[in-house]
Amino acid sequence: MKRLVPLWIASIAGITVIVSNFIPVALGMSDLVTQMFQVLAAVAYVLGAASIAKVHLGKLSAKRPGWGYSIVVLGCFAITLFAGLLKIGALPADRAPYLPYSGKYDSEGSVVWWIYEYAISPITSTMFAMLAFYVASAAFRAFRAKNVEAILLLGTAFIILLGRTAAGAYLTGWFPDEIGGLKLENLSLYIMLVFNTAGNRAIIIGIALGVAATSLRILLQIDRSYLGSGE
Amino acid sequence: MLRFLETLDRRWIFLAMGLAVSIPILLELRFPEKSGSLTDAAFKAINELPKGSRVLLSFDFDPASEPELGPMATSFVRHCALRGYKMYFISLWPFGPPMIVEKIGEVLTKDFPNLKPGVDFVDLGFQAGNEAIMTQAKSDFKKTFPRDTSGIAVDQIPMMAEIRTTRDFAAIIMVSAGYPGGKEWIQYVITPERGRAVPLRAVVGCTGVQMPQLIPYYPGQLDGMIGAIKGAAEYETLVNALANTGDAMAVTPPKYLEAVRRMGPQLFAHVLMVSLIVLGNVIYFAGRRRGATA
Repeated sequence: MKRLVPLWIASIAGITVIVSNFIPVALGMSDLVTQMFQVLAAVAYVLGAASIAKVHLGKLSAKRPGWGYSIVVLGCFAITLFAGLLKIGALPADRAPYLPYSGKYDSEGSVVWWIYEYAISPITSTMFAMLAFYVASAAFRAFRAKNVEAILLLGTAFIILLGRTAAGAYLTGWFPDEIGGLKLENLSLYIMLVFNTAGNRAIIIGIALGVAATSLRILLQIDRSYLGSGE
Repeated sequence: MLRFLETLDRRWIFLAMGLAVSIPILLELRFPEKSGSLTDAAFKAINELPKGSRVLLSFDFDPASEPELGPMATSFVRHCALRGYKMYFISLWPFGPPMIVEKIGEVLTKDFPNLKPGVDFVDLGFQAGNEAIMTQAKSDFKKTFPRDTSGIAVDQIPMMAEIRTTRDFAAIIMVSAGYPGGKEWIQYVITPERGRAVPLRAVVGCTGVQMPQLIPYYPGQLDGMIGAIKGAAEYETLVNALANTGDAMAVTPPKYLEAVRRMGPQLFAHVLMVSLIVLGNVIYFAGRRRGATA
């Protein structure tokens, strides 16, 4: 029973969504399934939060290496959760001027806004910006023209890197129209539209066929590996 | 010299990259942009819509990708406002709503004070559920986004009266940094709507990393694409030209030149990368030759 119920839920939900694409009457049922998915997604957020708390509390109590970072994680987690759940506003709301912090919780100056503006935004931007430094270092040490494939890769990288900046126009902008296709900006676009599209379309079609086959196996209860049984 | 380069401390490379990025910013170096076919197609697809068209703008990005996607989002909003379209803002990313608020404040509130919230534009905020939200919006948009971000029920918002499903939009503009984003919109919403008598127009603005994944959908499912900061700079130039039409003395505010400004650091950083790759290979082959002769 423990395995049978999830299997039938998956089959019925999947078949309902497929059928609704062909029979408009079943659209309501499909919407119901979608709403159930949204509820599940919301529960997954709670589970995710509980999992983070469990992992870091365990690390903290066992004083495993790096436990200090767990304090930071749990502290940030608690503050954000507290501010979000209690919907602490910045200024008194118009309808309750005698209640401080009763304004909109996501308005400018609120705790959530402050966390976003002065913590999340600069931290994530910095993390992303640091990529440029590590990519430059990796480019210097790892990109070697050791064989034909590597030479092709490097050649393509040069065309794209230069073609996607004003350098392309400066280096090859003087080419006459008869050989305009060899201008770096045109070459980079050509590589994207022809070689990249051909390769990517093949991958997309392959993935789509794989997804269709796997979905059918799940709907027909042949594939049960998503239950974690290893079957 | 070769020995020094072979054992070069990577902090020198970090310093070089830091200078390559900061010098063009400090010197405010700007370079002219000539639009490519993908950007031209995107501009045309948006520009050709009739005045008053309903456009869905999905801002599926966060602060990490803001430097790359923020300027194009600004240009999309400005273009729609210049053309007099009705704008419906949504986000499927939890950190997307502040991006919407920022662009509304930066563009609509400051430069288009005649546009009224609820009449000309509406911020419907974030909904969790990824593809499920897309499929639900396809069958019942109001149920999927029941309130705007100020808490007003969509039934009381004038511009929502004519919206039932995603079929009621003339175009969808996606600013996409990953999952869920442009690819999912194409698969779940756009593709089925492309077969209708007046097809749903679709334009995506994406990061450089996403470009190779989304280009295969052009021109079948996508009418145009703004790719990375280069595409944003090209599109920004086109939108600025549209805004300044008939006014040769018009001065474009710096906030509408952000993408062009950010192309300066990109140029220097890319040239440095190419130089580093070449230098790395010179050192590698020189070292091999020396090893062979020793």
